[in-house]
Amino acid sequence: MKNQFDIKKAYYLFLLIRKSEEKIIELYNSDKIKSPVHLSIGQEAIAVGVSLALSKSDIIFSNYRGHAHFIAREANLDKMWAELYGKSRGTARGKGGSMHLNDISKNFMPTSAIVTSAIPEAVGYAFALKYKKKNSVVICYHGEGATDEGVFWESLNFASLHDLPIIFICENNRYAIYSHQNTRSINDPIVSRAISFGIDAERISGNSTEEFFKATIRCKEKIKNNSKPQLLECMTSRWQDHVGVTQPELSKEEENNIKKAIKHDDLKNLENKLSKDEVLHIKKRVNKEIEHAIKFAEASDFPRSSELLENVYY
Amino acid sequence: MDKNLEKKVINYGEAIYEATYQEMQRDNNVFAYGLGADDPKGHYGTTKDLHLKFGKNRCFDTPLSEDGMTGVGIGAAMAGLRPIFIHQRMDFLLLCMNQIVNMASKMRYISSGEHCVPLVIRVAIGRSWGQGAQHSQALQSFFMHIPGLKVIAPTTPHDAKGGLIASIRDNNPVIYIEHRMLYKNAGYVPTNSFEIEIGKGRVLKDGNDITIVGVSHTVEDSLRASELLKSVGVNAEVIDPISLSPIDYEIIRNSVMKTKKLLVVDNGWTRCGFSSEIITDVAINCEKITCERLGFADCPCPTTPSLEKHFYPNPSSIAKLANRMCGGNIDWSPPEVVQHEILSFKGPF
Repeated sequence: MKNQFDIKKAYYLFLLIRKSEEKIIELYNSDKIKSPVHLSIGQEAIAVGVSLALSKSDIIFSNYRGHAHFIAREANLDKMWAELYGKSRGTARGKGGSMHLNDISKNFMPTSAIVTSAIPEAVGYAFALKYKKKNSVVICYHGEGATDEGVFWESLNFASLHDLPIIFICENNRYAIYSHQNTRSINDPIVSRAISFGIDAERISGNSTEEFFKATIRCKEKIKNNSKPQLLECMTSRWQDHVGVTQPELSKEEENNIKKAIKHDDLKNLENKLSKDEVLHIKKRVNKEIEHAIKFAEASDFPRSSELLENVYY
Repeated sequence: MDKNLEKKVINYGEAIYEATYQEMQRDNNVFAYGLGADDPKGHYGTTKDLHLKFGKNRCFDTPLSEDGMTGVGIGAAMAGLRPIFIHQRMDFLLLCMNQIVNMASKMRYISSGEHCVPLVIRVAIGRSWGQGAQHSQALQSFFMHIPGLKVIAPTTPHDAKGGLIASIRDNNPVIYIEHRMLYKNAGYVPTNSFEIEIGKGRVLKDGNDITIVGVSHTVEDSLRASELLKSVGVNAEVIDPISLSPIDYEIIRNSVMKTKKLLVVDNGWTRCGFSSEIITDVAINCEKITCERLGFADCPCPTTPSLEKHFYPNPSSIAKLANRMCGGNIDWSPPEVVQHEILSFKGPF
């Protein structure tokens, strides 16, 4: 982690996420990928900005829309692809799929397919860090949909009560599948509700990688100075359907919003800040890594039938 | 006397306290939490003053938030701690089902062995003096149904202690079921720390005529029934399964091969429950066995004693059915046995 925003690295990670997910879309109808996928296209800036601000020892709790978090954490891309293919060299030896990625070597915890469910776990992990007097922080990514669940507020309350080292990263794309936030809760920012729980919260608009990076650095600083748990409400938009690889069926108004977001795609902004050579080099590297991952997945075997009953119990 | 073999008479609640105390002393990663864990009553004395002895970070009160607090325990366990999450009634576990079923039980499988959840969830089943529909439920079958969870329900102070220590040291999530009516039960318990093996049952009384399998408090009533049966010449074998998942099928099969008769007395409703599981196993694996079962009446538990007494199996109803299964006189009316623990319980909970 550096306090300086590394544009080259940001562009590389952003592109790696975008291209990986575009590849998923391309391959999805071939039925090689044996898993529901919840794509992050449009939301990548958050994962990249946050990840660049983290240390190796920090802990990541993500969710079923987790490809971006996983890749931005530089977790094992080969294994991710093998997992999507249901292969034994996958992150969960084919037993988890896209919704249950994990990479213990990067402190990337297994993700859950049930909205909000891993949030109290993230808080419990932060409790353990404090209990063991460790300096790391927990990053807890979730959508704004998670704030509809009671356990979200139970978690915030406990984190606040015990001053736990955790940063909640609320990716607010305003939609739970097709249900708009306005139909699900009163129209106030999530930050104001979080603040009422004693959480130090800030809303970050603009969907900018660098702004998310800076905000995360601020959060980490505050936690280091014994401050409250932190929450960043990161305003963003999701350009694909909730699940699968289809385009969403949108109202005219919402279609325009997405068009606007695509026009301001931060991937292009980052690209514009780099030299042509740098861009070319990174593009080559990204293509090579994705090709490698797909080959790795294709070459891997499916798990043996005897693995069905393995790892139910310790 | 060798200190290692020293035994003392203590009660079930004291056995739970002793197990918790000794494990907290042995391993700094063990901590106990739950609503009222550090209050003056300390969960019927089972956590009393642990916060003073080990510090308030190792025994603490929580917001009611049962769902969230279960998740906190899971997360802490994933980080290497060994939490004991305590509930005063099993009914409240219904507020934790998402975390227990969707998260705790699956963490190992969905990470293909990278993670484990050494979490103990202690719960007490209530009974009598108006506990009623929502303070007396025995929901063990819900948890027995889920791969990835272990479920134990010790009956004796010995197994309460050895079972809790084994649960704390187990790397899987364990639902540890207590019964409010067992807390005052006394018996010999080793003073030192020890474990029982989770998954092994125990023959509490040998017999040749019929096998009676109870669960938690109904083990106690089955033992009482076996005393009544002596007066009609029936020698019952009484088995305490202790562990409900995994189940020691072997100990039950071996017994019924000998007695040819099986009576399962669940401390819970019979449909899709522990008795269904045991009788199914015996039907598949043992030949020519007569099976019967008893359990809670097929309704929520009423509060009034006049109805509540018909809700639970009791030593007489167990003995009567067992005697009939053994070809005894169907008109035999065993005397009513005084259940001291129930009569003496005057609440409030």
